[in-house]
Amino acid sequence: MAAYIARRLVWVVFLLFAITLITFILFSVLPAGDPAVARAGRQPSPELIESIRHQFGLDKPKPVQFINYIGDILPFVGHNGVYFGFSYTNNAEVLPQILDRLPTTIFLTAGAVVLWLAIGIPIGVISAVKTGSWLDRLSMGVALIFISAPVYFLGLVALYLFDDKIGKFPVLPGNSAYGQAHSFPEKAEALIMPWCVLAASFAAIYARFLRGNLIDTLQEDYIRTARAKGLSERRVVFRHGVRAAITPIVTLLGLDIGILLGGAILTETVFNIPGIGRYAYNAINVSDLPVIQGTVLFGAFFIVMMSLIVDILYAFIDPRVRY
Amino acid sequence: MSTGTGASDLLQAEDSGIDELVAGEGPVAARSPLQLFWRRFRKDKVALAAGTFIVLLVLVAIFAPLIRKVFDIPNPNDGNTAALDDFGLPSGPSSQHWFGVDDLGRDIFSRVLDGARVSLLVAFVGTGLSVLIGVTMGMIAGFYRGWVDTIIARLVDVLLAFPVLLLGLGLASACSTKDGCLGGALEPGLKVVITIIVIANWPYVARIIRGQVLSLREKEFVEASKSLGASNSRIIFREILPNLVAPIIVYATLFIPANILLEASLSFLGVGVQPPQASWGQMLSDASTIFQSAWWYMVFPGLALLFTVLAFNLVGDGMQDALNPKSSRSR
Amino acid sequence: MDTPKAPLLEVENLQVHFETDDGLVKAVDGISYSVERGQTFGIVGESGSGKSVSSLTVMGLTRSRNARISGSVRFDGKDLLGASEEDMRQVRGNDIAMIFQDPLSSLHPFYKVGKQIAEAVRSHRDVSKAQAWDRAVEMLGLVGIPEPRRRADSYPHEFSGGMRQRAMIAMALANDPKLLIADEPTTALDVTVQAQILELIEHLQDEFDTAVVVITHDLGVVAEMADDIAVMYAGRIVEKADTNTIFAAPEHPYTWGLLSSIPRLDSPRDEDLVPIAGRPPSLITLPSGCSFHPRCPYVREAHKRIDPKLEPVPGHPDHEVACLLPPETRRRLWAELQRGVKPDAARQGVMREEEAA
Repeated sequence: MAAYIARRLVWVVFLLFAITLITFILFSVLPAGDPAVARAGRQPSPELIESIRHQFGLDKPKPVQFINYIGDILPFVGHNGVYFGFSYTNNAEVLPQILDRLPTTIFLTAGAVVLWLAIGIPIGVISAVKTGSWLDRLSMGVALIFISAPVYFLGLVALYLFDDKIGKFPVLPGNSAYGQAHSFPEKAEALIMPWCVLAASFAAIYARFLRGNLIDTLQEDYIRTARAKGLSERRVVFRHGVRAAITPIVTLLGLDIGILLGGAILTETVFNIPGIGRYAYNAINVSDLPVIQGTVLFGAFFIVMMSLIVDILYAFIDPRVRY
Repeated sequence: MSTGTGASDLLQAEDSGIDELVAGEGPVAARSPLQLFWRRFRKDKVALAAGTFIVLLVLVAIFAPLIRKVFDIPNPNDGNTAALDDFGLPSGPSSQHWFGVDDLGRDIFSRVLDGARVSLLVAFVGTGLSVLIGVTMGMIAGFYRGWVDTIIARLVDVLLAFPVLLLGLGLASACSTKDGCLGGALEPGLKVVITIIVIANWPYVARIIRGQVLSLREKEFVEASKSLGASNSRIIFREILPNLVAPIIVYATLFIPANILLEASLSFLGVGVQPPQASWGQMLSDASTIFQSAWWYMVFPGLALLFTVLAFNLVGDGMQDALNPKSSRSR
Repeated sequence: MDTPKAPLLEVENLQVHFETDDGLVKAVDGISYSVERGQTFGIVGESGSGKSVSSLTVMGLTRSRNARISGSVRFDGKDLLGASEEDMRQVRGNDIAMIFQDPLSSLHPFYKVGKQIAEAVRSHRDVSKAQAWDRAVEMLGLVGIPEPRRRADSYPHEFSGGMRQRAMIAMALANDPKLLIADEPTTALDVTVQAQILELIEHLQDEFDTAVVVITHDLGVVAEMADDIAVMYAGRIVEKADTNTIFAAPEHPYTWGLLSSIPRLDSPRDEDLVPIAGRPPSLITLPSGCSFHPRCPYVREAHKRIDPKLEPVPGHPDHEVACLLPPETRRRLWAELQRGVKPDAARQGVMREEEAA
């Protein structure tokens, strides 16, 4: 078990390095524009450009810049803590701004996760146990529709119908409500529609995935043995079937949580939620590369971390993996 | 009680598939895998309907200019201010403008047609390229093994660990500054989107193909071929590649809807296809400011996306069922 | 006065058909047999002969939407086919237990072996977890697994193949069932281990007076263990007799084929094995007349039209065979085959004799 974790850790370190490298290439090497010019603002003088170039170390060769960059993002090596860059437009360091918005994104993610698990898993199980029934066909059909619709379309339709200011059936706080909410209940209410919209696609994916896995699992020999032992059907399906079929779902869940924590950019944009995703979106609109770079790096780190956690969790679930 | 153990046990106990069971008396009627696949796919009415929809959509996209001429529909970028009312708000569906107009007076039906071209082009070209690259890399890695395999496999692992949308966003926004990137070779727009699709997809294809090649090369018919003195390229093209056609088709049809959504998302965020070129995702983005009064601006492009992606998903499901009837998919 | 006890298991004209997209699969097409208490019954046949399906049906494990089951199965006087699902659940793992071919895939990979055995105990007996665990350890010891208390704490993939099958047997016998069905219990094991497992089953059977049904494609497996044997082909029983008779005086060409295809230590080294020509038939479109006729070396025109019934051999009421060849002809053929003559030559020899007569 310890060896397994150690191997995973080594791989994670390598992965983080690779991601840092790729991000650096993406944002410092690829763009054809001059970052010093972009940073300098409107109609800068050549001296200003030069001083900016020197200040941000842009006059050094690329490999040196990369090493500096690594030093910046590591907690104990850099000059003043962890440094993710400085925004072109916001006149602030990127990392603090990201961390500021993190709670919002966590809140959005957590609510959606709870909702889609609560909907997706039961539907997946029921559809698998009652394959071919009208319930199965109906839920899989609906699931397919929710998978095929982009989340921003669902969001716009939801707002159109339910936004309490402009919707046809005004029942829920809509666009921009979160930004204006102060108390916890108000914030939660403002997130109801985003949670539902976000959860819809994921619930559909998870239901379909679990259904497929469970149907396959229920064909396995050990299920036949369980029935031959005289176990109740409920026990066979849940303790033996679902228990085995749910493991890939755990992996998927970790990945999805990691992605969402990096910023549910599409949902946050539609509903005007001031999370990390929205932060990135604003930056994209004005080509504020350091901010985009920072959020991409942040998001990638989260995903890698979640993958590691999930892999370790997997070893607890599946005893065969431990060696 | 849906155990289903009896029949499936029985059929699985035999090494022969059900098609050989059916043969009964006389010599076994040989049916090529392609014929079997087609026979099963034909039975799936939903998948057939979806496939027809796609064919129609492709035709419509190809013949868009002709359709515009025949039905007297304005060009996608012609702003018709007459269609805006006194307040400058766009008008809804009418006999002149089937899907209404947008805030610049442009006919939405026309733009949806244009968007179809973009989505289909990007999906087919992007998926096609990524499949091509993925298959090549996967084959090389799986067949030649050694350090080539290690490098490719590690590269694939790293790319797969990277979040797709984030990567795409990064690349797209890095190239969205007015100067573009790679010294101006890659400008924002269609090319960037296709590049992102290729980068995002090829690792998946490569990993799958590599796995398949690894197991195929151990099979007896490859050994037999080798012992007859077949060259490596002959083995690759005659023995291994034909066995990969089925999984390639299946994964291609699975990736197309995802890529359509990817292009739409990138365009929605402003880093995909650039205006004035119409794209469904971008139309949704535009619509997000005026949809409360101009619902048609949001609904029609959104439904177009929904139906197209749905159709590809259904066809993909149908193909998976037809290729592997014992699997656990829809029915 | 001693009334003869009813057999423990009585199967009468059991038919199991499955409706599939490609047609009606007649997996089991009217078989009858009975098993006495404490006895061993062997069912022998190729894959697709219906041997497994018939036993799964006895356990009620083939009930599904597309299954058509008819006939009668009586266990200890109770009707099983018509029993409710809850009644069947109480029978399974309790009165009748079953072990399967591949013990690795037949045990749940995520649960410890002891837990899986204890689970079997607790679903039929009202005992505490600790008591069930003790029983599991006890059973593991009984089947010859060393250090049973430690082993109960292990996972299936940590066992060797032979030990896994022992564990499965332990699990099956934990509730002291009256009947154990063993479906290809040794097929997935090494040859040396096979003998051990068969011995174990025999030993436990003696100790607990359990009846055993052994399903296999290997006549060698049932040679020693079984009291009676039924040979199945294409969903039917084609020959049924006690073990000695099956090996000494079989009357069905298929049985002859099975016997000849076993490699023997005492046959000459350069002698060819004589396989049975052809492949098992489709269970959807069975051959006309006698199901075996396409592969039978002694087939005659009439056999392609008439379906043989399972009938007692003249003079031996307990030996039944389903074959259209006259009993005398069969006896002559078997005599030839026993002398080492090949089937074709035997057929020609006997036919010439009959024409002369």
